[in-house]
Amino acid sequence: MKKLSARRRHPLAAVVVLLLALAATGGLYAAFAPAGKAQADETAQSLAIDEGKKLYSVGCASCHGSGGQGTTDGPSLVGVGSAAVDFQVGTGRMPAQQPGAQVPKKKVIYNQAEIDQLAAYVASLGAGPITPTKSQVDPSGADVAKGGDLFRTNCAQCHNFTGQGGALTKGKYAPNLEGVSAKHIYEAMQTGPQSMPSFPDTTMPEQEKKDIIAYIKTVNGSESESPGGLSLGGLGPVSEGLFGWIFGLGGLIAIAVWVAAHTAKAKKS
Amino acid sequence: MSTATETQRKAPAGERVADWADGRLGIYGLAKANMRKIFPDHWSFMLGEICLYSFIIIILTGVYLTLFFHPSMNEVVYHGSYEPMQGIRMSEAYASTLDISFDVRGGLLVRQIHHWAAVIFLAGMFVHMFRVFFTGAYRKPREINWLFGFLLFVLGMFTGFTGYSLPDDLLSGTGVRFTQGAILSMPIVGTYISMFLFGGEFPGTDIIARFYSIHILLLPGIMLGLVVGHLILVFFHKHTQFAGPGKTNKNVVGMPLLPVYMAKAGGFFFLVFGFISVIAAIATINPIWALGPYRPDQVSTGAQPDWYMGFAEGFVRVMPGWEINLWGHTLVLGVLIPLVLFGVVLAALALYPFIESWITGDKREHHILDRPRNAPTRTGLGVAWVTIYFVMLIGGGNDIWATHFHMSLNAISWFVRIAFFVGPVLAFVVTRRICLGLQRRDKEKVLHGRESGTIKRLPHGEFVEIHEPLSPEQLHTLTAHEQYKPIEIGPTVDENGVERKPSALQKLRARLSKSYYGENNQIAKPTAEEYKEITSGHGHH
Repeated sequence: MKKLSARRRHPLAAVVVLLLALAATGGLYAAFAPAGKAQADETAQSLAIDEGKKLYSVGCASCHGSGGQGTTDGPSLVGVGSAAVDFQVGTGRMPAQQPGAQVPKKKVIYNQAEIDQLAAYVASLGAGPITPTKSQVDPSGADVAKGGDLFRTNCAQCHNFTGQGGALTKGKYAPNLEGVSAKHIYEAMQTGPQSMPSFPDTTMPEQEKKDIIAYIKTVNGSESESPGGLSLGGLGPVSEGLFGWIFGLGGLIAIAVWVAAHTAKAKKS
Repeated sequence: MSTATETQRKAPAGERVADWADGRLGIYGLAKANMRKIFPDHWSFMLGEICLYSFIIIILTGVYLTLFFHPSMNEVVYHGSYEPMQGIRMSEAYASTLDISFDVRGGLLVRQIHHWAAVIFLAGMFVHMFRVFFTGAYRKPREINWLFGFLLFVLGMFTGFTGYSLPDDLLSGTGVRFTQGAILSMPIVGTYISMFLFGGEFPGTDIIARFYSIHILLLPGIMLGLVVGHLILVFFHKHTQFAGPGKTNKNVVGMPLLPVYMAKAGGFFFLVFGFISVIAAIATINPIWALGPYRPDQVSTGAQPDWYMGFAEGFVRVMPGWEINLWGHTLVLGVLIPLVLFGVVLAALALYPFIESWITGDKREHHILDRPRNAPTRTGLGVAWVTIYFVMLIGGGNDIWATHFHMSLNAISWFVRIAFFVGPVLAFVVTRRICLGLQRRDKEKVLHGRESGTIKRLPHGEFVEIHEPLSPEQLHTLTAHEQYKPIEIGPTVDENGVERKPSALQKLRARLSKSYYGENNQIAKPTAEEYKEITSGHGHH
């Protein structure tokens, strides 16, 4: 000890202490540092769930309950899965503005990152349909004709021949499918939002869903063609009859009035 | 070289052709009798022409379509040029309609002209019929022609319906199924008629071919005959005209058939054809390629018939689904009652001229038209009928109303149910009030002149509006209508003091007659004495 104490004012003493301190810090770090990659991911997930829970408590809990158990104002979210959240929040239906026959589509108020966090939280409550990946919903290369046949068998009862939408009872309705993204159509089939029945993969495999999406995009999209001219809303005989009466017969009566007003004169004045 | 006299003797080519034809057809006599036939001029008299021309257009385009259409229900696999139908199984009828739309030159345009012309034809007949109704043009001697026109309208409905069904698409197939349901609802005979019509169970393999014969041969054949009869009667009865100076019940004031009306009517035909072609070129009608082939296991929402069958659809949609089950048989009142009402509503229109002439006892000939206001009860009844019709059209399109006006489907159906009973009554009362109000205004105009809008201040400070007296022509037009007295039952005791008991029917008739011509149901038009007294200078107030 004496030797050490005798050398405490040695010019290299500070360097030795610094080295010892660094070694201790490094050793302690090595002992307590977080382990491998997999564990790091779980933390990100739990972070997303945490963030999602915060968003949930602010935006959803008043109707769906503080733990997603549901209340008289909103159903339980246990087991609805991330796909349902992605659809409902991603199309602006949730959070709902007011109770009513049906919650309408409106402006989306969360960004996609927040929607994913909410979805992660709700998915953590119980297993359910998972948000599809890009390749799962991509309709390119799907069979449009088969999709049409499937659409007429499964969807047209409510959504009309080409997905123009239709009325259900007491103010409920099947919405128009024009402009709905492939992902949201897929999720709706997967989860069956509101009055819609669900079509899980066991009854309607992924490929058939793609066919249907391809058909909808072909006949009811912004670039779908209308070989006969104006489509008049694609609503069939009601809008055709209205058009025929107002523009067809109306125009012909206007012509008749014009012809009758230009009659032969007995004397030229 | 020929001499001058020889050239003079040689008639021009046209005259020689006419001479040749006259020797064989006697056209000079016909022309002499008919060329100077007079027709009065009014735009509303051309509504019938719109119908006639669209009928001709339908026949012309229909012939073209028959060249390419296969009325067969044999199943084929589609390999035409419409991508979303590739490899789909369908009937030959549907496949050939796709071919007409996409692979036949001009096919889609002709199909659309054919269908638009049909929609306009029926709408035109509807408006034409109500022009005739509201002006009382159906009165003697034209009751038969009213029936001809009515039959044309009803047959037009069924021709349209069979044509709409021919492509065998999912929409029209649903319509055929609907019709089969209506047939089945008929007690006792329904099942037999259905089996007979479809050649077995629905849908079978015959119905398209049978509808084809009905659509292109049977119904248009009858209609063509009726159209010719309709026109012959118009010619024979001469056209009616509105009251006016120089126009009496015994003359027709207007322009001769040749050259004026031939030019006008010929020109109008091309205008109608051109206009309908433009409509067909810019607006889609019945895009069967988007609807898919008919399969009994598929159905779509928004399945409606063309507009002229819409009121029948409405009756069925809003009718509560009542049924009676007795001794193992079902009486489907939910469909049978609408079917009966469909017939009753149409029959009321057909029979109205006869009912009116029985009530009013008016058996004289009428060639001068009524202004609708001068027949308030008739006008009210007409508007009530139209109200029922359009209320039912709302019922037939209740789903479209629901989605586009954000309303409840059930609420619309209840509205239609209530409006079916309340609507016509309200419409009748309101229309009659309006008619009587207009009659009062006419009376005011005759006696006090037209409000000129010029305000004059008198020396003592009073402001008065100048009323301009009407011209004698206007006075005549406003007072030309006849006003009738209601039928009286007569004294209940005859001249010998014997009590005479009027029958219930006579009493009913007298009461109804009063509702047409009773004291409160028409405004007495000003008499010549009243007019003289007021205009003879003692001021207007």
